[in-house]
Amino acid sequence: MATAIEFEHVSKQYRLGLVSTRTLAHDIRRFWITNVLHKEDPYLKIGETNDRATKGTSEYVWALRDIDFKVEQGDVVGIIGKNGAGKSTLLKLLSRVTGPTTGTIRAHGRIGSLLEVGTGFHGEMTGRENIFMNGAILGMTRKEIQAKLDEIIDFSGCERYIDTPVKRYSSGMTVRLGFAVAAFLEPEILVVDEVLAVGDAEFQKKAIGKMKDVSQGEGRTVLFVSHNMTSIRSLCTTGVLLEKGCVKQIGQVDAIVSMYLKGDSEVFNYKNFENIVGSALRSPEFDMLEIGVRKKGGTYDDVMSMTNDIEVYMRYSLKVKKNLQITLHVKNEQGEAIFSCSGGDRCYPCEHDPGEYEQIMLFPANFFNWGTYALDVYIVEDREHSILRDYDVVTFTVANRAHEIGTFMGKEPGDITPQFEFKEKMLN
Amino acid sequence: MVIRPKDRLLTLDWKEIWRYRDMYVLFVQRAFRTAYKQTVLGPLWFIITPVLSVIVYVAVFGGIANIPTDGVPPALFYLLGISVWGYFASCLNSTSNSFVTNADIFGKVYFPRIIMPLVAVTVNLLAFAIQLAIFFVFYIYYAATGSDLHIHWQVVLFPVLMFILAMMAVGFGMIFSSMTTKYRDLQIILGKVISLWVYVTPVIYPLSMVTNEKLHLAMSLNPVTPVMEAVKFSLLGQGQFSWLWLAYSCLVTFILLLVGLVFFNKVQKSFMDTV
Repeated sequence: MATAIEFEHVSKQYRLGLVSTRTLAHDIRRFWITNVLHKEDPYLKIGETNDRATKGTSEYVWALRDIDFKVEQGDVVGIIGKNGAGKSTLLKLLSRVTGPTTGTIRAHGRIGSLLEVGTGFHGEMTGRENIFMNGAILGMTRKEIQAKLDEIIDFSGCERYIDTPVKRYSSGMTVRLGFAVAAFLEPEILVVDEVLAVGDAEFQKKAIGKMKDVSQGEGRTVLFVSHNMTSIRSLCTTGVLLEKGCVKQIGQVDAIVSMYLKGDSEVFNYKNFENIVGSALRSPEFDMLEIGVRKKGGTYDDVMSMTNDIEVYMRYSLKVKKNLQITLHVKNEQGEAIFSCSGGDRCYPCEHDPGEYEQIMLFPANFFNWGTYALDVYIVEDREHSILRDYDVVTFTVANRAHEIGTFMGKEPGDITPQFEFKEKMLN
Repeated sequence: MVIRPKDRLLTLDWKEIWRYRDMYVLFVQRAFRTAYKQTVLGPLWFIITPVLSVIVYVAVFGGIANIPTDGVPPALFYLLGISVWGYFASCLNSTSNSFVTNADIFGKVYFPRIIMPLVAVTVNLLAFAIQLAIFFVFYIYYAATGSDLHIHWQVVLFPVLMFILAMMAVGFGMIFSSMTTKYRDLQIILGKVISLWVYVTPVIYPLSMVTNEKLHLAMSLNPVTPVMEAVKFSLLGQGQFSWLWLAYSCLVTFILLLVGLVFFNKVQKSFMDTV
């Protein structure tokens, strides 16, 4: 497939602080050195990694540093990263709102950018007038807008207000109208920044659907920045993870999203509580000693695959006689609980005498989809209230099964992939 | 399309500007429509303000200071001077502010930045046209009451002369606009420059009044002077029309435009970071 966008060693430097006489001094020195002495800009050599939280020593920071990747035509690329990672700067460079400090971006085709919906809306003008204004700013001609006017109004769902000044609109309606105009823009490359954050659920769904049509049906390239991992995953095929102005990882969107969500925290699929003080799962009466998730019959270092049986191993000690059971909540990468499970009287007697116990819970093979999961642990007394609880106690990653070449390599939707029975017979 | 840190400085992408012509038209329309929203008198303000200034000028410069107008009825003399100068000053002002006032929209979307000064020049034309209409109403009145007025054939050059003034303002304004993005001091300086500039331009007095030769030459070196004089000569029959000095004005305009374009191109890529 053809390349749509190429970033070649793109960097962007910003100067922090206020404009002052110091700025003027720097500008004069820069001018002298680059234009009169024809040497390199001295301020490009300094500059620090853009770490928002730490105090820096230099006034110059690199918002983006040496960004180098390609986007294929028809790809929907999700750009993710923490606040200040450089996502919006990247989109700004691409939409030519500001220029790179060094490096080159090559783009093949017209770029339409949606850094904010409703750019150029004027409160005194009616919705209809603003559609023309906004469309023109985004690079459409009057004719193009005229041809799509009915569709745009229909998509926005603001028909009733279309001849009312925009200052009377609710904020949601303004967004709807703005997005509707942009949705009918037909650039080869569409750049979108978090515009879906406003607007109600119905409209977000509509907007995502429209963006899907644009990329899949019409083969156009979309770059999309959002903090909403669900919309990133449902829309994008490729993910780019930015960290402190650099590209940390590029790849299949699910892998990148889970990498981002894991963040800096270490991956634990085993925890030994005996050397941890102050765990939420320890009390004078009940003491959790070990929890681990592993391949059945394997060690904690083995890779767990979708085709393996997976077991949760728990060991605890009890000081007093208690009626208790352990409940596990299994959560996916988004932190949403998929299901809850406990043994209790179904599997073992809840009446426990003081002593040390081990408990093993088994997930059958081909149950989890590949991905990373976390366990919340609840110690439930008398089957009615939890006496101890801790969240994200252990996390574990289930690897994809090996694929035959030529079969579907992507991730099926959903967190579980149970293999239920299908029966078929030929009728005639 | 290639996005680089720097492009050639002396370029203007005509094709791109042409592609955005609808936006230009819409911006102009928008400015007209929203100019006097929520005012009681509305577009009447376009007429009231110049008439008020003329009354004050006639009283102060004609009545008190006794500055001659070379036989031309003072109201006509001032009206023309103020309108032409006003157009120049407003073009200069709006061009030099174009980055700062449009920062909001420039920060969201790309389009050829140069369109904004062009829009400003066009929008200012409306106020100028209305003032000119008032001027002609007065003109007909004075001509009918037997005042000594001569229209010269050079009047056909009037649109060209106004175009030169507009371009001069755009060129000069572009130089300022690219510097005001970072250093707002220049905005203050420019305000002062415009308000003082009017005194070295024959707006409220005729150039012929300046008899000191050195001063006369210095005033002619002001590139607005030859154009102003030519306008007055062709419409009122007062003043001097010099092809040589007009050529000088054109040359200055041309240089200002080139320099302005270089400055503008240098800044337009990254001004969002400093504005």
